Amino acid sequence: MSTTPTESSGLSAYRRREQSITLSPLDEQLGGAETTDELLTLNFGPHHPATHGVLRLLVTLQGEIVRDVKPVIGYVHTGIEKTAEDKAYWKVIPIVERMDYLAYYFNAMAYVGAVEKLVEVEVPKRAQYLRVIHLELNRIASHLIWLGTSALDLGASSIFLYCLRERELILDLFEMSSGARMHTRYFQVGGVIEDIPSGFEPKLREFLKIMPKRADEYGAILNSNEILLQRLRGTCPLDADTLLSLGVSGPLLRAAGNPWDLRKADPYSSYDDFQFKIPVGTIGDNYDRFAVRLAEIYESVKIIEQALDGLPEGPHITEDRKVALPPRHELATSMEALIHHFKLVTEGFRVPPGEVYNPIESPRGELACYVRSDGSSKPARVHMRDPSFVNLQALSHMVEGSYIADMIATIAMLDPILGGIDR
Amino acid sequence: MEIKRERLSPGGKAPGLSTDLRVRSLNASQLLHGNAIEGPNQPAHLEGTELERYVEERMLTTTLDQAVAWARSNSFFPLAFGLACCAMEQFHAAGPRMDIARFGFEAFRASPRQADLIILAGRVSIKMAPIIRRLYDQMLEPKWAISMGACCSSMGVFNNYALVPADKFMPIDVHVPGCPPRPEALMHGVLKLRKMVQDDPDMGWRERYDARGTEEIVPGA
Amino acid sequence: MPDATGLELLAHELGDTVLETVYFRERATLVIDPPTIRGTLAHLRGRGYTFLASVHGVDHYPEEPRLSVVYELLDMNRVDRVTVKLRVPTDAPVVQSVTADTPEGAGWPTANHQEREVYDMFGVVFEGHPDLRRILLPEDYEGHPQRRDFPIGGEPVIFTLDEANWLESRA
Repeated sequence: MSTTPTESSGLSAYRRREQSITLSPLDEQLGGAETTDELLTLNFGPHHPATHGVLRLLVTLQGEIVRDVKPVIGYVHTGIEKTAEDKAYWKVIPIVERMDYLAYYFNAMAYVGAVEKLVEVEVPKRAQYLRVIHLELNRIASHLIWLGTSALDLGASSIFLYCLRERELILDLFEMSSGARMHTRYFQVGGVIEDIPSGFEPKLREFLKIMPKRADEYGAILNSNEILLQRLRGTCPLDADTLLSLGVSGPLLRAAGNPWDLRKADPYSSYDDFQFKIPVGTIGDNYDRFAVRLAEIYESVKIIEQALDGLPEGPHITEDRKVALPPRHELATSMEALIHHFKLVTEGFRVPPGEVYNPIESPRGELACYVRSDGSSKPARVHMRDPSFVNLQALSHMVEGSYIADMIATIAMLDPILGGIDR
Repeated sequence: MEIKRERLSPGGKAPGLSTDLRVRSLNASQLLHGNAIEGPNQPAHLEGTELERYVEERMLTTTLDQAVAWARSNSFFPLAFGLACCAMEQFHAAGPRMDIARFGFEAFRASPRQADLIILAGRVSIKMAPIIRRLYDQMLEPKWAISMGACCSSMGVFNNYALVPADKFMPIDVHVPGCPPRPEALMHGVLKLRKMVQDDPDMGWRERYDARGTEEIVPGA
Repeated sequence: MPDATGLELLAHELGDTVLETVYFRERATLVIDPPTIRGTLAHLRGRGYTFLASVHGVDHYPEEPRLSVVYELLDMNRVDRVTVKLRVPTDAPVVQSVTADTPEGAGWPTANHQEREVYDMFGVVFEGHPDLRRILLPEDYEGHPQRRDFPIGGEPVIFTLDEANWLESRA
């Protein structure tokens, strides 16, 4: 610190000391010695307030700039795949539902679709439409939580409560159709477990009327929040080719410009009956990821409307009694129905040996289920290809060279669900 | 190995201690006049002035303790800690419909040093268990723990190599069953804990669980 | 999905590396010789299958060779999927990693975490992987849980009000 001669002794000792301090850059103060930047490795421990689950990041920093990110996962590893080998095919459905805990219908859909392929059972049209309605409702619910928690991370904390308000309406609908708010085991092999009750349709229509308006509100609030825009615009872009080589799919890939969506490319469960658009971004920065997901909410509302309008009459589960439980009223009259019911509930149905890989489009990307059966009533291998597990590899490529604050925004926009990552 | 079962009086109160001050003062006067009283927390044999002083002390401290317990129970600071699916229902408990802020518990703290209630929401994996224990140790006394959901209370849906029931590595006060428990169920559990804290002013978990022999292992010491 | 004839054409192109072709439920699978995995994937990439969707392991206990690694490839332009499978025995579970770039072809970075998971769960060692360590289980965990002979573990279920009896029966 260089000292300057003080003026007259009218100043106190404190003031004299204050005047003697010069603010100069570090190099000069050290007498021009070379200062090197050290790399600092910081541990974003598994418990941190950015509420994306228990993800641990080892961040190597140079000043405020992120040079490398190594995610350490496994803190919610539940052994779902191992447990699924121990249970009958229909008992695996609740196990597998709890994997990606925001998109529970999607987990069930991937698994149930794989088993249906193996067993070669056909799903009736009404069941397919009901499945689409519930899947798209779940997609909206998942995007609402994503929006709420991401806005919370980025500082716009009131959106969290608004999103939860909408989500309560959706969970009310789930409770109406299946009895549970989350993890409803509503999808079964061959269809859905129960038809929708009589009050479901008017309540759903009411919800569909207000949801686009609410989504407009959220868009308006967030798009006029200058801090949010600054944090999201132009931060951490990644081009589509790198994303493809990293195996990333879903809204992240669509934000980068590649319109790959399994609902359009390889339709399953009557998705080709519906007209909807795929929102696609341009640069693939955080703002595009945010905008793509927000736009997907509107498209999901459209799909549900079309499904509800065109809901055909018919059975809600396949009539094949070897796979699906017979309706209760038959149990009193038919002996075969009773025997089948007993066998299905105690042992479960047998599946011919073979392997099947069934991909669907979940809110995070390509969710697929690989089922291998060896001819018995329990699966020999159930593997869920979770999109967040693969998308997480893109994190280090995205945040390299940006600031920590941008990393937080990127993790929020990545939408990782640790239950799916760790299974 | 013998398992001792102690029946708690309805409302979860510890035996021998009732809430009504008048009833408690009756017990005290019985003590003063030498009538025997059943219960584990009563003194064996005190006479005269010793006895009077003992009883006066107890009456005062219990009143003060009661007031402090009332204040503490109405202002839990939960730790913002969600592991898996139960965390989603925990959000809903803090959401607009089932509002946890009505009871004063909306201040979710990010740091364990500032929290006094840990709500274990979700499945506890073997990799996560030591970390949760460290979080619990970092919390300051008095602290309580709620195990939310079936996975951390028992093994839940998954009875396999990867999970640990929370009772194995930390003391839990309230187990909330459900998979996931509805926000109303979580509120029921939290309010039950609030009643427990109001009725039984033993603050530290070592007193509650009679774990006086346990030691803290301080690394490096 | 390449139909049955398309699958046979692919197999013909790859020649000796293909041990078996399976066409099941309209899905094509090529079972190949383990040392040739890099070349096979590179060839398939040249044929348009540029997206590696999934790398996962299967334990075929009790058939030998027990462990197999399954690669799911996707051709986005023609919406085509093909599966590549290879089988390795438990006593020599070594497979060449496809993550990094090699002289045989460009790497598939998406296989990074997925190969680590197969190593973690099955014990298949991937040669040439940049960072092969356990990903889902603690670093010092012993055993490979997803193998069929690994016990499922878990806690015994004790029913309340019956605890004393249960302990007596164990003692």
